[in-house]
Amino acid sequence: MAERIPRVPVREQDPKVRAHNFDEVCYGYNLEEAMTEASRCLHCKNPRCVGACPVSIKIPEFIAKVKEGDINGAAAIIAEDSSLPAVCGRVCPQETQCEGSCILGVKGEPVAIGKLERFVADHTSEGGTLPPSGVGCADPTTGYAGGPPASVPRVARPSGGSVPPSGCKVAIIGSGPAGLACASDLAKWGYDVTIFEALHKAGGVLEYGIPEFRLPKEKVLKREIDEVKALGVKIETDVIIGRTVTIDSLMDEEGFEAVFVGTGAGLPKFMGIPGENLNGVFSANEFLTRNNLMKAFRDDYMTPIHAGRKCCVVGGGNVAMDAARTALRLGADTSIVYRRTEVELPARKEEVHHAKEEGIDFKMLTNPVEIIGDENGWVKALRCIRMELGEPDESGRRSPVPIPGSEFEIPTETVIMALGTAPNPLIVNTTKGLEATRRGGLVADDEGRTTREGIFAGGDAVTGAATVILAMGAGRKAAKAIDEYLKSK
Amino acid sequence: MFKILKRDMLTPNICKMVVSAPRIAKAALPGQFLIVLPGEEGERIPLTISDYDREEGTVTIVTQLVGASSAAIIAKEEGEFFRDVVGPLGNPSAFVHMDEEALKGQRYIFIAGGLGTAPVYPQAKWLHDRGVAVDVIIGARTKDLLIYTEELGSACDNLYLCTDDGSAGFHGVGTACLEKLVSEGKEYTQAVAIGPMIMMKFATLTCKKLQIPIDVSLNMLMVDGTGMCGACRVTVAGKTRFACVDGPEFNGYDVDFDEAMRRLGQYKAEEAEEKAKYVK
Repeated sequence: MAERIPRVPVREQDPKVRAHNFDEVCYGYNLEEAMTEASRCLHCKNPRCVGACPVSIKIPEFIAKVKEGDINGAAAIIAEDSSLPAVCGRVCPQETQCEGSCILGVKGEPVAIGKLERFVADHTSEGGTLPPSGVGCADPTTGYAGGPPASVPRVARPSGGSVPPSGCKVAIIGSGPAGLACASDLAKWGYDVTIFEALHKAGGVLEYGIPEFRLPKEKVLKREIDEVKALGVKIETDVIIGRTVTIDSLMDEEGFEAVFVGTGAGLPKFMGIPGENLNGVFSANEFLTRNNLMKAFRDDYMTPIHAGRKCCVVGGGNVAMDAARTALRLGADTSIVYRRTEVELPARKEEVHHAKEEGIDFKMLTNPVEIIGDENGWVKALRCIRMELGEPDESGRRSPVPIPGSEFEIPTETVIMALGTAPNPLIVNTTKGLEATRRGGLVADDEGRTTREGIFAGGDAVTGAATVILAMGAGRKAAKAIDEYLKSK
Repeated sequence: MFKILKRDMLTPNICKMVVSAPRIAKAALPGQFLIVLPGEEGERIPLTISDYDREEGTVTIVTQLVGASSAAIIAKEEGEFFRDVVGPLGNPSAFVHMDEEALKGQRYIFIAGGLGTAPVYPQAKWLHDRGVAVDVIIGARTKDLLIYTEELGSACDNLYLCTDDGSAGFHGVGTACLEKLVSEGKEYTQAVAIGPMIMMKFATLTCKKLQIPIDVSLNMLMVDGTGMCGACRVTVAGKTRFACVDGPEFNGYDVDFDEAMRRLGQYKAEEAEEKAKYVK
């Protein structure tokens, strides 16, 4: 036991350098590092990691293949349960899921499951070493512009699900993680699947929300989406369900027999404090969308973005970290303003750590009360009040209480509000029989069945803002329910 | 990809395009807008729908050359494509959902300024086709900048032209023309102003004075147009609303125009930089 190999550290871009570019922070493992790390897995009889994975990837099995150096074999095992391994290997909160339940973590460091997943996904898409699986290339009608993908699709025909009625059409609304996961499973089972996306590029929050330095768009996201297309899934962009067409017209006029709503939680929240409509106050959604989807950081794109010389980001989640690190890279001296302490920060530890390394300033127990403008209506300061922690609230976190008379001003040129998001009411408002909760989430059971027959839902559209992997899990559950529903019809 | 079927320059700076977009054409109603992305590196540009033809599957957009992004739209030739056209967005004009009896008693006056004249057309036509009384005032700096005069001439009861320099029609701005009409005995139950923000502000002030309710169409900055970014925030009756999903038309009396004008200039510095790169 004493000679147990320590967790293999992953190579990262120097914080001083990466604070000025949008290249990926983490370089990932090479083959040797991956095989060494894989050899640490104990191959538990009852692997707790699998149970802690929202899509139940057969973790010890794929790690065993990595240990042998059979990366294609590992990829095939992952593909049975996940259509987005390169994405999940990067953005999943492994520390609270698979790695959080790894037995090695009790006394030491858990196996780096996320980094291994990422290695497997990157290795197979870069190397093109998979043998042809006979599944064919991207559908030319779906607008894939660059010819067939360089890699051979990592697809696996799952054993579950028998042949559906031929030509049975299913519509998926939203091309984020929930929609992509649901579409992949249904396509593998032989359904005729079309994803409708409101924006001009597929990927949902993976495209507009998560920055390039955490999830490279061309190298990683586009490839994984191309693999979903290679399963036969059609993606129609620029279609806003509820405006361009309604769910009813999809079902009554376009012949879709079931619909999955995976529209996420896209509506930004604001604090409702004075000065929020001053120039220089942005939602994290606006700021990140301009930079990620619209590529404002690149000179060859027209998109304007304004980070200012000094920027305050309000909030403590992953989105707040993404916005702060983006503002920093655009040249702003950036602070995170959060009303609780660092312990309560909802963001992943890794993101907080990276942000600190890059030079983001953390102002904890600080809550904005007003945004102060200059004579031209531009932000000049964020007025805050100091907080202290009181009793735990319903979420179990100790609730912050303002300290009377402790107001102070932080001079700043921009303020970015990263306070969470809520589901968009457009589909509920335009579809008869669909019900939503008071918080705006669609009412759906554990399998994704909504209050209307034939319509299913999952991901943030149901739960409110959560994680990529939970959305994928919900998408897969709904795919199963859709399969059962259509077969019993 | 969305094909440009027809392209006409209405003035040296204003371009009208008929674009193939069957899904949007089928769903569009007066008052709604769409978003055009000319090419991969461009911006998503909100434009009010100036006409739609459900049978042909086309929508009409009218663009004025102001910066790099509008230049990218106008640079497209007939037969070329926009990378993306998405819509229809926003809520249709209030009258679309009014019942016919209530509409019959209405007397509408549209006050159109510059580029805003184009989106007045589908609204006036919709009402005129249903037998509702509609008058239209079109204002521009000078005669050559008046657009849509022929189309609107056949889509309303009375068309009034105004120019700042007096080169055609009434010598003065649209609001002055409205005051004159009312002083001559014209009665209106509802006004609609579409044009530059400053013009809509003054149209609202005039209508307040004349005690005519007025709706205005706010062309705020936006990215997605579906409620996601909040760039189009505007204060209406003391509350923050999103022009994209709560509008684009609001009761003019309630709109904080000064804030809206200031917010429109939020990316002025960045835009000037871009313009220098693209517009020669």
